[in-house]
Amino acid sequence: MAGPKLKPEELASKIKYNLPPNGWMDQPVEFREGTFNYSGNPKNVEYLQLPNPRKWQPTDPDWQLPENWKEIILEGLRDRLHRFRSLQIFMDICVRCGACADKCHFFIGSGDPKNMPVMRAELLRAVYRKDFTLAGKIFGKYAGARELTLDVVKEWFYYFYQCTQCRRCSVFCPYGIDTAEITLLVRELLSLIGVNIDWIVTPVANSFRTGNHLGIQPHGFKDSIDFAVDELESITGVKVEAPINKKGAEILFITPSADYFGSPHYYTLLGYLALFHEIGLDYTWSTYASEGGNFGSFLSHDMMKSLNAKMYAEARRLGVKWILGGECGHMWRVVHQYMNTLNGPADFLEEPVSPVTGTKFGNARSTKMVHICEFTADLIKNGKIKLDKSRNDNRRVTFHDSCNPARALGLIEEPRFIIRNACNNFFEMPENTIKEQTFCCGSGAGLGTDENLEMRMRGGLPRANAVKFVKEKHGVNFLGCICAIDKATLPPLMEYWVGGVDVGGVHELVGNALIMKGEKERTTDLRGDPLHIEGNRHV
Amino acid sequence: MYDCGKIIAGLVIFVGLFTSPFWYDLSSSTALQTPNPVLPTKADQNECVASLEFMRRDHMALLNEWRTEVVRDGITYYRSANGREFEMRYTKTCLGCHPDPSQFCDQCHNYIGVSLYCWDCHNKPALQRQGPQLAEILSPKSEILNKHQMQNPKQLKLMFSHRR
Amino acid sequence: MNAIFSLVAVIVIIAAAFLGASIPRLDFLFGVVFPYAAITVFLAGIIYRVIKWSASPVPFHIPTVAGQQKSLPWIKDSPLESPHNTWGVIGRMALEILFFRSLFRNTKMEMKSGPKLVYGSSKYLWLGAIAFHWSMLIIVLRHLRLFMQPIPSFVLGLDSLDGFFQVGLPGLYITDVLILIALSYLILRRLTVRRIRYFSLASDYFPLFLLFSIAGTGVLMRYFYRIDLVNVKELAVGLFSFHPAVPQGTGVLFYVHLFLVCTLLAYFPFSKLMHMPGIFLSPTRNLANNSRMKRHVNTWNHPVRVHTYEEYEDEFREKMREAGLPLDKE
Repeated sequence: MAGPKLKPEELASKIKYNLPPNGWMDQPVEFREGTFNYSGNPKNVEYLQLPNPRKWQPTDPDWQLPENWKEIILEGLRDRLHRFRSLQIFMDICVRCGACADKCHFFIGSGDPKNMPVMRAELLRAVYRKDFTLAGKIFGKYAGARELTLDVVKEWFYYFYQCTQCRRCSVFCPYGIDTAEITLLVRELLSLIGVNIDWIVTPVANSFRTGNHLGIQPHGFKDSIDFAVDELESITGVKVEAPINKKGAEILFITPSADYFGSPHYYTLLGYLALFHEIGLDYTWSTYASEGGNFGSFLSHDMMKSLNAKMYAEARRLGVKWILGGECGHMWRVVHQYMNTLNGPADFLEEPVSPVTGTKFGNARSTKMVHICEFTADLIKNGKIKLDKSRNDNRRVTFHDSCNPARALGLIEEPRFIIRNACNNFFEMPENTIKEQTFCCGSGAGLGTDENLEMRMRGGLPRANAVKFVKEKHGVNFLGCICAIDKATLPPLMEYWVGGVDVGGVHELVGNALIMKGEKERTTDLRGDPLHIEGNRHV
Repeated sequence: MYDCGKIIAGLVIFVGLFTSPFWYDLSSSTALQTPNPVLPTKADQNECVASLEFMRRDHMALLNEWRTEVVRDGITYYRSANGREFEMRYTKTCLGCHPDPSQFCDQCHNYIGVSLYCWDCHNKPALQRQGPQLAEILSPKSEILNKHQMQNPKQLKLMFSHRR
Repeated sequence: MNAIFSLVAVIVIIAAAFLGASIPRLDFLFGVVFPYAAITVFLAGIIYRVIKWSASPVPFHIPTVAGQQKSLPWIKDSPLESPHNTWGVIGRMALEILFFRSLFRNTKMEMKSGPKLVYGSSKYLWLGAIAFHWSMLIIVLRHLRLFMQPIPSFVLGLDSLDGFFQVGLPGLYITDVLILIALSYLILRRLTVRRIRYFSLASDYFPLFLLFSIAGTGVLMRYFYRIDLVNVKELAVGLFSFHPAVPQGTGVLFYVHLFLVCTLLAYFPFSKLMHMPGIFLSPTRNLANNSRMKRHVNTWNHPVRVHTYEEYEDEFREKMREAGLPLDKE
């Protein structure tokens, strides 16, 4: 991947927290190359039956909106105010205290005042005030109201596609105002008039059609899994089973599709395959539900529901007892906070019980889907798997809490427990950058494109900076995470700002350390890197 | 999910608390009883040290000032607006006309909830009270009596004159 | 500009009250009509707004979690940062409402050369906010001595607690000092921190100036230009017992204070001050992190277009057969 045009030092020196002299309402948006995403491919917009498919780009002066676009947006806003109490409350109660301002990674990395979460929300609030509040109607600008114009729409597009829905601001807000909620609803409004980005529309269309966002068809899926099985055999000497679309299996396993096509996700996949074999899990993969990640959740609640529906539908079709989910960020937000509401009740499934330890996962008793970290932590605690920590001695590990597992699930200790049991060298980043205060990779929620690379590097700066800190202090060379977008976007981020830090999943570390019955002596880790490194001999 | 029950309960509690002065005063039999300080009736007690309006608003500041002047500066006389001189002595001048604080001071002070600390030092002229109140004050446990014994105004005067 | 607009608005309100209350015949208007109207607007407005909020459902279960979930029995969960039941939620909400938990978390980011980002704890906003809100509450409760007859003992207790230091006569209230300092801080912060001024609206300055004027006139009346409190209480109790009567000679300053309070009450439901009831309804705080334990029902969960397995198999049947994948329909 090509880096941004600017060198890191140059980019850093350009980050200034200066404010424009005129008021924010009079500061038009500027689409600068490297800081925005290209528009949705009309073919896929049409395939998804979304409004107004056409060829256009954000830099065009005319966005070819429908004639009554303003009416559509205001009607859409009215409708959503009636359907979402969250929106009503978040529009009405912000006191603009500013506590959120410097909590946003995009503000920290860009210095653009409209990236302060309060300002991002004000972009919508100003329009809301103008058309939905008495004070706004009477006092207009003095009440902070603003007419909805094409410039406002352009601003919405720019800034609501400069939010990764990470919800860090919501932790610090005294009222818990959730910018992710506002961002998603504004993206819904924009979609109503045909304003979408391609790295959402195309993955959504792919997921809709083929079951995964990369558009891999069933035979391609099978090839990929078969290949991984062979590769694992050459590393470990153990031939594992990987059943696909198997009816009557006990557990359906769903993970982001990048795990079987992307790197470094792939090594995590090897870890899963090894682990499931070692514990003799009766499970199946699915080609129909071959995507854990839900790109629909970056576009609209309806699209989120549409894509998510495949999980329960496939679990029902295959007749499994419950579902196990792989390492993924926003997938887990959807599974944890939305799935049961949108597509439940899952009364055709059983309350999840680990077939290996007998542990009941009471925290998943209604949704019936268990996080792989919960599952593996339970295995380790009960001594059901043997791990040789020293096989990860070539790694000095730190852990990046992915936004959604941390702030939607509270899945904080499980991955740490696994890491501590799978490797000897684990170092935490500074406390303001982990756990519930974790910083986003800067590329989530559909923003991980090449054309947006500069903004991604800016948004990822706080995370990268924290990694750099532990690299310099503890010699960290491995950034563990449990999110597919992290695995895709942290490597270029590390390369740009830090250097010499690999990115990988927690189950890659598990796969490395896992002692398998009948395995040959391992000479490399799952990446094919030699285990014996200088001064750190594997015993 | 609407949670209507919880929200209505919350609103009822809020409205109930906010309007509690209404319910309280409406159900109180004494709400509309206003203070009724007993004023001096003797012919030579027809004039206070300052105007009625001033005394109602600012007597506490005046008393505070007197205390400072007498105790710290040794000034003992006060010339009122119309030129009359008064001895700056609470017990003599003030209580001379208003001998029973319970019939005078306390009337308004209790009404607006302002506690006095005059009696922390001065002897409250309680003996002029009647009935059970008297018995209460004379009982050995009486706080007022104990204070009187310990902090006789004469002793106090000596203490302060020493400081001068 | 927004600040000046708000300042002028408050000055106009003060001037209107000053002039209005100087006209003897307008006593009844300022002493009785406005207070009743303001209380009515305040209560009706809040009820209306809250009911309007509640008319929209909570479609999804979206708490923002700030601590370890309850999962495996041997992992210690944080019941107040990630509550999994109602008691935990009550605890979390109590911490939020009484002690401003989230604001207490506040940090300040600084970029040093390198670039090197550092985050320091920053509690001034929390301190200012908590000093203001608690002082405000205690001051309102203290005022009950002028509203209720006979005076409930807790009000007297609070009064003597607040006047604990017995400085001056009438005694200085701690909250009077605190509220003026806290409001000054909040105003100065908004005016001088450029980033905050950038997004501050007139409706952010207005309540601050209004509250400062209310506290300021109150302080003036207690310590500098005293008024006849017996009159004030007669007026207040008269209002609350629906026997309104306006005593003479209470003083113009009092009416300015009262009119400012009336303005605040009437303004409240139409402003950001609605954060007071709003915090109770915030779905990221008032829901338990039990999303996978208990199904949350969305009342408008409408059907959406889905791509069924049958459609999928129809499209890819041949390829699946060739790859040896099981099929539902041969």
